[in-house]
Amino acid sequence: MGQKEKSAHVVTSAKKEHDKHESEHHELGFVRKYIFSQDHKVIGIQYGITSLLFLLFGFSLMMIMRWQLAYPGQEFPWKWLADFMGQANMPGGIMLPEFYNQLGAMHGTIMVFLGVVPLAVGAFGNYVVPLQIGTIDMAFPKLNMTSYWVYFLGGVTMLVSFAMPGGAANSGWTSYAPLSVIATTGQTVWLIGMVFLITSSLLGSINFIVTIIQLRVKGLTFMRLPFFVWAQFVTSFLLLLAFPPLEAAGVLQLMDRLAGTSFFLPSGLVVSGQPLAVSGGGSPLLWQHLFWFLAHPEVYVLILPAMGIVAEIIANNTRKPLWGYKSLVYSAIFLGFMSFIVWAHHMFLTGMGTTISTFFQTTTMIISIPSVIILTALLLSLWGGSIRFTTPMLFALAFLPMFAIGGLTGLPLGLAPPDIHLHDTYYVIGHFHYVVAPGTIFALFAGIYFWYPKVTGRKMNELLGKIHFWTSLVFINGVFMPMFIQGLAGVSRRLYDGGAQYAHAQGVLQWNEFMSTSAWLLGLAQIPFVINFFWSIRKGKKVEANHWDATTLDWACTTSPPLAHGNFKVVPEVHRGPYDYSHQGAQSDFLPQNQPGEA
Amino acid sequence: MREILGLPMDVSTHGPVIDNMIVIIHWLMLVLFVGWGIYFLYTLFRFRKKRNPKANPEGVKNHFSTYVEIGVAVFEGFLLVGLAIPVWSNVVTDFPSGKDVVNVRVVAEQFAWNIHYPGADGVFGRRDIHLVTSENPLGLDRTDPAAKDDITTINVLHLPINKPVLIQLSSKDVIHSFGIPLLRVKQDAIPGHNVPIKFIATTTSADISKQLDRVYRIAPGHIPVQLTNLSAKAEYVDKDGNSILAVGETITRDAIDAALSAGITEIRAGSDNPVEIACAQLCGLGHYRMRGAVTLETEAEFNAWLAEEASYLDY
Repeated sequence: MGQKEKSAHVVTSAKKEHDKHESEHHELGFVRKYIFSQDHKVIGIQYGITSLLFLLFGFSLMMIMRWQLAYPGQEFPWKWLADFMGQANMPGGIMLPEFYNQLGAMHGTIMVFLGVVPLAVGAFGNYVVPLQIGTIDMAFPKLNMTSYWVYFLGGVTMLVSFAMPGGAANSGWTSYAPLSVIATTGQTVWLIGMVFLITSSLLGSINFIVTIIQLRVKGLTFMRLPFFVWAQFVTSFLLLLAFPPLEAAGVLQLMDRLAGTSFFLPSGLVVSGQPLAVSGGGSPLLWQHLFWFLAHPEVYVLILPAMGIVAEIIANNTRKPLWGYKSLVYSAIFLGFMSFIVWAHHMFLTGMGTTISTFFQTTTMIISIPSVIILTALLLSLWGGSIRFTTPMLFALAFLPMFAIGGLTGLPLGLAPPDIHLHDTYYVIGHFHYVVAPGTIFALFAGIYFWYPKVTGRKMNELLGKIHFWTSLVFINGVFMPMFIQGLAGVSRRLYDGGAQYAHAQGVLQWNEFMSTSAWLLGLAQIPFVINFFWSIRKGKKVEANHWDATTLDWACTTSPPLAHGNFKVVPEVHRGPYDYSHQGAQSDFLPQNQPGEA
Repeated sequence: MREILGLPMDVSTHGPVIDNMIVIIHWLMLVLFVGWGIYFLYTLFRFRKKRNPKANPEGVKNHFSTYVEIGVAVFEGFLLVGLAIPVWSNVVTDFPSGKDVVNVRVVAEQFAWNIHYPGADGVFGRRDIHLVTSENPLGLDRTDPAAKDDITTINVLHLPINKPVLIQLSSKDVIHSFGIPLLRVKQDAIPGHNVPIKFIATTTSADISKQLDRVYRIAPGHIPVQLTNLSAKAEYVDKDGNSILAVGETITRDAIDAALSAGITEIRAGSDNPVEIACAQLCGLGHYRMRGAVTLETEAEFNAWLAEEASYLDY
């Protein structure tokens, strides 16, 4: 015991700093404890609540768009909602194309930058990583708090942009120049919002990297880290290295819009019949390169934490170690590295020659290999298990085939010739939504059901959870599967009427109504989750600290660890790998990482 | 598989190899997905807690999955080296030149396709952005001798079949994407860039139209959404012999109602312009209607059309 307490004070100076703070935290007022908190768990919860609200908001934008796609030009059925969106956007309840484009751009932006990433990294990363590595907080608690509040500002900025003259940004989440440069004021606000969000991510990522390198508890070597921590570690490097080019690009575009520069504007532009009064000489493709230099790694920022969550839950619910832990780790690192050199596969059709396209096609095929290895390892981990079909496990299991569809449909898009037919069609939308929605978001749901008892000390209701799972699984496929059919038929994405004008779309138009109905039902299917989420805070079944009989350190601390940096009653010491389940000759079917001895 | 995937009709010489790649890749996907799917479901069944209360930490011992992974990698290597790289190289290099080539410039703008033929002299006339007006969206300088015989149209692209076509693509304002799904052609139109596109069409629009006509069943309360965007391909009359729909007439909602009350249950319909330019890149509020009509025709028909267009020029 004395030994352990001593070890806590030797680790690093950063940690000592925290310990000193701990005694002061007893007098913290409400504001410092719950609002401007520096505790990683409070910040994690703040990130979680905020990003879930943004996910709901972003999804609502899509549910409104899907009305227009299913019934182009027809009056919106809920008058109060049409009125709320304003006469400028929906005169007489009929959506204008300008508004449709705003909804599309903001759906993408909000889901990616305000919903999924903050939930995966800000919420799960913040809450779970310090617990899993046995420390009392992140390395830089003040930076952590700043990161959340800068993210919050970014979110508010994005919301405010809807009130600008001409509405919110309407040039897609990709904001391709010159369209974005000549767009309405909403785009300026969008760029300012992005600068906030990127800054927040940078602050967060540096914090995770330092925390994971410096604050691991004694005995927790890199190869004993839970895969979730590895996933967050690689993700942080992606955020740290990929976001700065976009931040720079965002500022350059802001200059193009406000200061009369022409970074992304070539000479000789004629807009609406008038020569554009700019100096010119810039390149629209430069924006695309800078944007995708971030946005491709961003895909792995979305997917890696999801894989981490799924790995934790599969190990726990199969009651056996992950199959091929090392290959999982090396694949994640390799994936992170490769993700920096595949970006131009989004740009095959910009006039790319053989040499460059060969390079990017090759790197794209190479990056598929570690993804296949990770998916294979997770699938093989099931073999020989004693599988418990809990709600988190159902979501984690569904992640595997759903992510597989997303990954496999990336193949024809990653090779340039098939991309001629499929580029910018609904096939692309189907592809990346399978990765992000029934892929990542399902994994995030799994994580919420899994760690909810740790955060609240209570368990979410299993029946409501299962209703949520099965209905979501059915309807989400109803939304996205027909997109492949439409895409193969050649229907372009981002069409205000869903392709109604085009002869080649006529044979697949009838799917629009089906997809929209599925999307609305998917919305209804989230109601059991929302009820469950709030009901369980007070009424959920009380559970023990290690409710799932799990091995990692997050389950070694108390139930609902006390706020203000006090995670562990006794600083743990790690003696074994992360998933020592069903150890031969052991009394229980799990051996926590901090349990000494062979068995 | 091609039919299952629902790829649209393919009327270019380079298209079939693209379609074949799409088909091959979908076979690969199907095999992998079904293979792993069977394993997945079987595993969930066999190793459920009730049936297998105690887990075996050893797990899979054999190397089957490694072979699968190597197999996938080898197959991807084949797709890459054997198909993707040479096919792409063929699409983006060796652009045709010479007398036999049909040269066209396409200049995209919000929200239309400006088509520019060089005329009888085969030389494109000078363009100047300061000459752009609503009547002269290309800013073509008609005082330039080379420009006098140039033919320009908006959203109307006529091309002969079985002849190499070379399109020079650019944009006046924002990025658009010049997509012709039935020709398996798609290329971003980027302001400041001039990107060549080459292809050879194989079928006339008239023949395509015939092949794509379909019979649509109609019933009260069940009217296919697409029908009102098509035109009739057969004649329909009511009981008194009055015409409801003539061949080639655009189908309206009223016509459908009239057909229903006349007891008609099916309508043969199709598009008069089955080959379309579809903008594939978000270019603003009119992106969805940035549609051009492509008429593929025989060389004689094409030349006749060019001659007719030229006759309207007053030089």
